[in-house]
Amino acid sequence: MSRPVSYNVNIKPLESDISIGESPEGVPGEGFFATSLDKVVGMARKNSIWPLPFATSCCGIEFMATMGSHYDLARFGSERVGFSPRQCDLLMVMGTIAKKMGPVVKQVYLQMAEPRWVIAVGACACSGGIFDTYSVLQGIDQVVPVDVYVPGCPPRPEAILDGFIRIQDLVGKESLRRRNGEKYKLLLESYGIQ
Amino acid sequence: MTEQAHIKLQKGSIEKTTTTLNLGPTHPATHGVFQNILELDGERIVSATQTVGYIHRAFEKIAERRPLYQITPLTDRLNYCSSPLNNMGWHITCEKLLGIQTPKRVDYLRVIIMELSRISDHLICNSIVGVDTGAYTGFLYVMQYRELIYEIYEEICGSRLTTNMGRIGGFERNFNDVAFQKLEKFLKEYPAVLKEFINLFERNRIFMERTQGTGGIDADRALNYGFTGPNLRAAGIDYDVRVHTPYSSYQDFQFNIPTGTTGDNYDRWQVRNAEMWESLNIIEQAYRKVQEFKGTDADVFHANVSEYYLPEKKDVYTKMESLIWHFKIVMGEINMPVGEVYQSVEGANGELGFYLISDGGRTPYRLHFRRPCFIYYQAYDELVRGSMLSDAIVTLSSLNLIAGEMDA
Amino acid sequence: MALSNELIKQKLIAKFEEQVSCFSDSYDMLTFEAPKEMNLKVLSFLFDDETLKFRFLTALCAVHYPESSGGELAVVYHLHSLSENVRIRFKVFTDIKKPDVYSATGLFSTANWMERETYDFYGVNFIGHPNLIRILNVEEMDYFPMRKEFPLEDQSRIDKDDEMFGR
Repeated sequence: MSRPVSYNVNIKPLESDISIGESPEGVPGEGFFATSLDKVVGMARKNSIWPLPFATSCCGIEFMATMGSHYDLARFGSERVGFSPRQCDLLMVMGTIAKKMGPVVKQVYLQMAEPRWVIAVGACACSGGIFDTYSVLQGIDQVVPVDVYVPGCPPRPEAILDGFIRIQDLVGKESLRRRNGEKYKLLLESYGIQ
Repeated sequence: MTEQAHIKLQKGSIEKTTTTLNLGPTHPATHGVFQNILELDGERIVSATQTVGYIHRAFEKIAERRPLYQITPLTDRLNYCSSPLNNMGWHITCEKLLGIQTPKRVDYLRVIIMELSRISDHLICNSIVGVDTGAYTGFLYVMQYRELIYEIYEEICGSRLTTNMGRIGGFERNFNDVAFQKLEKFLKEYPAVLKEFINLFERNRIFMERTQGTGGIDADRALNYGFTGPNLRAAGIDYDVRVHTPYSSYQDFQFNIPTGTTGDNYDRWQVRNAEMWESLNIIEQAYRKVQEFKGTDADVFHANVSEYYLPEKKDVYTKMESLIWHFKIVMGEINMPVGEVYQSVEGANGELGFYLISDGGRTPYRLHFRRPCFIYYQAYDELVRGSMLSDAIVTLSSLNLIAGEMDA
Repeated sequence: MALSNELIKQKLIAKFEEQVSCFSDSYDMLTFEAPKEMNLKVLSFLFDDETLKFRFLTALCAVHYPESSGGELAVVYHLHSLSENVRIRFKVFTDIKKPDVYSATGLFSTANWMERETYDFYGVNFIGHPNLIRILNVEEMDYFPMRKEFPLEDQSRIDKDDEMFGR
């Protein structure tokens, strides 16, 4: 079974050097643009997410590929991968979290400032994966609330990027009052976070 | 004053003149999940206490419940930077227990895959050493070329990182033409890149200052600590499983074992680079040997062991017998012979050993992984004692500690 | 290959007489047993002997045999003589009620963590070990998970439906 080498030969030509995102709904006019605050803040937030890679195992290596030159996470406004929870918006948990590690994940989550989002990358972080054992936490949603799950063992870099884009959608559409709401408080309380 | 009365201070903590620093489990400067409690006198490290087990996943216990084939995915997740190497090691162990002789072509194909994964592993390790000494360029530059290796894996088994590659007795399918074309592309393009990568660092003043003379260990201590692989060779001992107990026809290849002298970070980095050159050399030899097979020999990609090798998919759909065997193999309903086997391969980090005890059942009675990372990490205290705090980070990455392998 | 399995066996028997036993060649590796009190003597003999020089501890692990009463736990040493390039396997058996085995940390620094791991998994109490505490599991764990009687899965889980999937 021979088939031709499958490199990407149909490279899409660049329309311009800089691609500009769509502007939100609003009223344009001479020298001004009126729209709701929600949308502006959402747009600003979603295109400048600072991720905190919490990489423990295999998925972390795939994240390295995502972050590296080939897949380039920086295209999505995440050039700065921060390793300090205080400065980051997005906790990316990648890899198996053992029970010994569970409290550490929670601690890191607590150290992050609101608004904060969490993405669980890989089967282990989502559900424990193939490791249904005495020592592995069966999914990080047992200790912290999760916004987006990326399945796969490990997920391909494209899948991680897809999860990241979904986080961007969430961030962009989030209402400014969500974090003050009753529902959100209840959610955090269910994890024992005040 | 009254409030301070019931603050309990640890005994001796007032007179203490050293600072305690928690490095890890998630420290901004470290990669992977290891905790080091460092005692610092100024910036000098007085002692280090390592804690591991932050991703302990009970591999050995799982392996007692799984038939042979279902253990292959576990070995992927040991040292995930070079998964195919672990897969091959495990299959070679099974073959030793079952008494299977693999054809030469299978051996050579395995050698190609094993050396490719060694390159990808060393590449990550060396570029991360670069990152930790402040040079991000090398990392960004070579990641591109690691993708070439992953593309070859994809052609062979469909997966990138955790490959689950191969079967007992060989491979699941023959390498297609595209795989070989991609291999040729890699062999053609990679040497120039590697040379350039080495040039970025080798005589770089900052890099040399940061790595030379830090994290060193002498040969005697390294042996006593059970070092193997590049870390032992950097200390000057030319022990290599590929040469000392050849497996997968490594005796047919000509290659050198690069060694260092001082066992410091710089030597480790150099040894890994030299090994990448040797690996390229081995791959070229193996590729030539593979191409020498003509006619029906060129279609051989597995040993003839119908009891353990999955039947062809076409037959499974049409023939009763094949369907039965397929079911039995997938469900692990085949008993193993009784015996105890120790087989080791030269993993990217050192001697990766599998100690398999079978009591004649369907699953191993006991499977112990000799995980090189776990064994040499205990020397970390001795490696960094007396050096600066910043050297501790470089030492951590130049040992190439893989948390998955360490904690199993 | 100057050093054959037969020669090692003769040397061991000459030194320890009938205390070393159960010699076998499983897959070309010499395997033998000794009483657990003798383990350090045998190891240091193998280490010091000028022709043997088994100075590299490749692996140390334990095995649990619940059926063989009085010797439920086996501690297995894999030794390598790098100068002669020969590997051997050496076992001692111990009672699970009193799993005391002498620690080999004095001979091999690498035995430190290997023994801690073995203690963590099987509860083998290595006498003379400088710091025998759990290494991979959490300190609070009150059982030795690799022993055969303990299940693999976490029993406190409620989110997986056993009726549908089984465990």
